[in-house]
Amino acid sequence: MNQENISLWEEPIPGGCHWSGILRRGITLRLADVSGNANAAVLFFNQEEKLERYNMADTLKAQHTFHLTRGHACYSDMGRIFCCITADTVGWHDTVCGLSDRTLIQQKYGITRYQEHRNQMYRNGLDGMLIELGKWGLGMRDIVANINFFSKVTANDAGELTFHRNHSKAGSYVDLSFEMDTLVVLSTAPHPLDTNTTYQPGTVHLAAFTTSSAAASECKQIAENLRGLHNTHRFYPPCGGAL
Amino acid sequence: MNTFQLIESQLNPDAAIIDEICAAGEPWVKIVKQGQIFRIVDLEGNQAVDTLFFNANHAWERYSVADTIRAQNKLYLTTGSKLCSNFGNVMLTITADTCGRHDTLGGACSAESNTVRYALEKYPMHSCRDNFLHALAHETACGHLDMSKRDIPSNINFFMNVPVTEDGRLEFVDGISAPGKYVEMRAEMDVLVLISNCPQLNNPCNAYNPTPIRLLVWETSAS
Repeated sequence: MNQENISLWEEPIPGGCHWSGILRRGITLRLADVSGNANAAVLFFNQEEKLERYNMADTLKAQHTFHLTRGHACYSDMGRIFCCITADTVGWHDTVCGLSDRTLIQQKYGITRYQEHRNQMYRNGLDGMLIELGKWGLGMRDIVANINFFSKVTANDAGELTFHRNHSKAGSYVDLSFEMDTLVVLSTAPHPLDTNTTYQPGTVHLAAFTTSSAAASECKQIAENLRGLHNTHRFYPPCGGAL
Repeated sequence: MNTFQLIESQLNPDAAIIDEICAAGEPWVKIVKQGQIFRIVDLEGNQAVDTLFFNANHAWERYSVADTIRAQNKLYLTTGSKLCSNFGNVMLTITADTCGRHDTLGGACSAESNTVRYALEKYPMHSCRDNFLHALAHETACGHLDMSKRDIPSNINFFMNVPVTEDGRLEFVDGISAPGKYVEMRAEMDVLVLISNCPQLNNPCNAYNPTPIRLLVWETSAS
């Protein structure tokens, strides 16, 4: 046991598509931006109790940050940590701008139906999320502010937002080391503030492997995260082992 | 850099159809009809008013932080801001504001987040989440909409100042509100208002002293 960095599975998710699955604690999910400028809109739910879900405000407040990067934890609304960001070659991930929806995609890029375009039709983030959520008995009521991995949005003094195009390069990746058994729901549709005038969402490559002990300590630099991990480990008591 | 849009209201409190005080640390629930004007007054200053809005006919539609931020391409709320729903509809428009900036990132305190932010021992303290859940359990208006914890998204914090730096940090600074400052908004649809008048005792932004607020509703803006 305790073998590290053992590859478990991998799978490419083409741009505009959607995916969901359970990531067990002790597993790291690597999201890789295959060709640059991808966006991975992601929500997390407790696999056992799906009322517990990713909480943007608690995540930002606990770590006094507006953006997410290596060393940050992704919090649930119950004071627990779904996962820690244990590696990041991008440096900035957005968690306040939400999902693209049908209206936005049609206004920016036009209408493409499956009838004419087959799987090249333009898809949007909200519908992708809703389809995946539906597979787990969840729906519109469970959509909260999500993380947009690979996308950078900054704010000036007045709070005005700027989307930074060309932020994520081909081959960039971010590692999420899970501390809870987590339902991960994701869409690779464009970021809602993407300034690209053509519909070109990038492929996101998923790779799961066992978490290394070095990676496991990555988010412990922040005192709040030690308490978040305390709450999380209380949810999973050791069976037969000493604390 | 002064970016605040300070606009005073012409409405007379004597003409309000609802004029109530919500004590520190308590929830408040009301339905505000389309076209009615809703005012929140920070009676003693620097009180965070954690507020959610729901479509009064079906709670699936509700205030959405992401849709609101995206629609105005701006983090902070003030006069002219449109509060958007998860369906992309405008729920309310801020029509007057003597404070100048309101937060939509900081969310509500909870027993669980208090353990993370402050200390594990803070769990028994009163919190906004407790207020929201108390209201869902007791208010018939919430019961009619079959609302549960599942329907509690990220909220607005009226009168709170949570600036974001360009390098991506989040700061909690002293409030910019003061006694008597208010924010006023027109309902663009029938909305259920769910407030927790924040009981947070650990955050210096309210000087560790939660205080009451006043809530008023006018029939129309043409009083």
